[in-house]
Amino acid sequence: MKREKILQNYEPSGDNLLAILHDIQNASTEHYLTDADLRAVADFLGLAYSFVYGVATFYTMYSLKPRGRYLIRVCQSPPCHLLGATTIAKELVRLLGISFGETTPDRRFTLEMSSCLGVCGVAPAMMVNDQVYGNLIPELIAEVIAGLRRGK
Amino acid sequence: MSIYRTHILLPIDEGTVQAGVFEIKRRLESELKARKLQKEIKVLQSGSVGIVGKGVILAVYPDRMYYFQVKENDIARIIEEHLLKGRIVTDLAHAPVASMAADQTGARVGLTREQRRVVLDKAWTVDPENINEVLAAGGYRALEKIFSNKLSPEQVIEEVKRSGLRGRGGAGFPTGMKWEFTRKAAGAEKYIICNADEGEPGTFKDRLILEGDPHKLIEAMTIAAYAIGAGRGYIYIRGEYGLSIERVQKAIDQAREFNLLGKNILETGFSFELEIKKGAGAYVCGEETALIESLEGKRGNPRVKPPYPVTHGLWQKPTAVNNVETLANIPAIISNGAAWFRKIGTDKCPGTKVFTILGHVEYPGLIETDMGTPLREIIFSFGGGIKGGKKFKAALLGGAAGVFLSEPLLDVKMDFENLKENKAVLGSGAVLVMDEGTSIVDMLFSIAKFFAHESCGQCVPCRVGTRQILDIIYRVRQGGGRQGDLETMLGLAEVMFRSSLCPLGQSLVMPVKSALENFKDEFAMAIRHAEKS
Repeated sequence: MKREKILQNYEPSGDNLLAILHDIQNASTEHYLTDADLRAVADFLGLAYSFVYGVATFYTMYSLKPRGRYLIRVCQSPPCHLLGATTIAKELVRLLGISFGETTPDRRFTLEMSSCLGVCGVAPAMMVNDQVYGNLIPELIAEVIAGLRRGK
Repeated sequence: MSIYRTHILLPIDEGTVQAGVFEIKRRLESELKARKLQKEIKVLQSGSVGIVGKGVILAVYPDRMYYFQVKENDIARIIEEHLLKGRIVTDLAHAPVASMAADQTGARVGLTREQRRVVLDKAWTVDPENINEVLAAGGYRALEKIFSNKLSPEQVIEEVKRSGLRGRGGAGFPTGMKWEFTRKAAGAEKYIICNADEGEPGTFKDRLILEGDPHKLIEAMTIAAYAIGAGRGYIYIRGEYGLSIERVQKAIDQAREFNLLGKNILETGFSFELEIKKGAGAYVCGEETALIESLEGKRGNPRVKPPYPVTHGLWQKPTAVNNVETLANIPAIISNGAAWFRKIGTDKCPGTKVFTILGHVEYPGLIETDMGTPLREIIFSFGGGIKGGKKFKAALLGGAAGVFLSEPLLDVKMDFENLKENKAVLGSGAVLVMDEGTSIVDMLFSIAKFFAHESCGQCVPCRVGTRQILDIIYRVRQGGGRQGDLETMLGLAEVMFRSSLCPLGQSLVMPVKSALENFKDEFAMAIRHAEKS
């Protein structure tokens, strides 16, 4: 099992919790942590389940809900806001037909708001999985989404 | 080793990778080979040059010429025209040569303007993934100096104290003093932590150091560990910085291979282990005690201070937490001496500062210049002025936890002290520029939204206060403002300042107060307008 293999890479020390959660979530095709994951990690590290749950829900990069193949995170911090992030957000909602925090029925896209992505020089920006897209305009978004829909 | 007549640098960062820099590199190399130029012209990868949003950037050295938005089809033209005939391809050049813009002093504007680079000296000229290049460019020489001159940890701390280096994360605390407190704290087990959880909106200076010169950080942390007496260190990098994590890990592996890290470094008997810890998305973890909690594998809730990390830090042991840019100054201070460092910048804030220039400017990006450089020079000379010839309205300094400045303060000198005297802050060095068409009400709304989202929820003033302020500013922005709204907002922010546990809750007062004071009419008008309708 994938999860067991990941756990073998780590010492059972509490400070590895964040790294383990990252690895398990990255190995999941739906970018999320299951309840069984949290329980297994808690057992492995000798921590209470509630503690692990508390950590997993504190940080925005973890999700306890299944997410789409493409996780789209739109930066909403002030520099992106100044350069039109609101327009970008509306365009994504229109194109994908879902609201922020939701996943398309075909499980392909999840739309999330994000704090500063640290690429403010190319504001407004978004990240699709690990890839950054900057200097966004509605036309570019349409192009990116169409490319992803084609399975690129 | 071969000698090349020309070097072409391709800066690799998030932006250029998106624009296809690796495709350009392949094409460039094959076109050079086709013309049998591969022995004359060398193509190199480097860290970011600091200018962003201009697609693939190609720099020609020693000509110091930059090409922006380079596409595969342009390569042949650049080779034929510039590299063979020496004619600049003007339509792709950073600024057309004939009309090269100049400011009042006659100095060049934008990227080609001279910068003093102490922190980022190697970041754009050396391949950060190749330790041999880093060593050839002077990397790890400060560490070597300490060991060959047999400098004691106390002497290292003394030198850093004399340099007057102050923390670049925002608070401006003297670094040498922090190290001394940690060294003198009771206990044999100590830690050095590098805070690379760069999350302040508008700030990406640390990312460019991490991506562009990770070895400098490793060298600095090893020096810090030696000075404070730590055997282990951590670099806490925010989870969103994929390329930074990759590059720093590579650098750590290489340094270990060269015995510049690990056991018995350079046969001196000094050992130091360094490890990356990856964050998971929480702005509050930039606060040092929250960062320590997170590093220990917990929720990033800030601790009650005192005690401070210098006595009770990681696992309650003495710990020095330093920002990336702060540490990146250390090798130069040790190599060149405190007296050299003191000659740069201002009396109370020596050295350089890395600024990120953003928003409505011609050349958004990152620059390094002396502490105390006037804001006007940063916006109009380095940043190339307001985009599209519009008028300047405001600058937000220091990120979301920052201060709005208006026109009368354009000539303020940018350092901790001068800004403090003018009721502003340097913060992380972010300069977000807004033109005349910007609504400050709307910007304050965006900031309030950010704080409400990022409040960790641990202490009541911050959790409730951020939400209340957001609700009020939202109403004002939507045209439902009422008499007394502004006073309520300010009152709430001041209560938060006095009673919140950590700087997150304490700092919302800065943007709120500065926006209301400097743009009073705009807020008053929003409310009057609402009452009439």
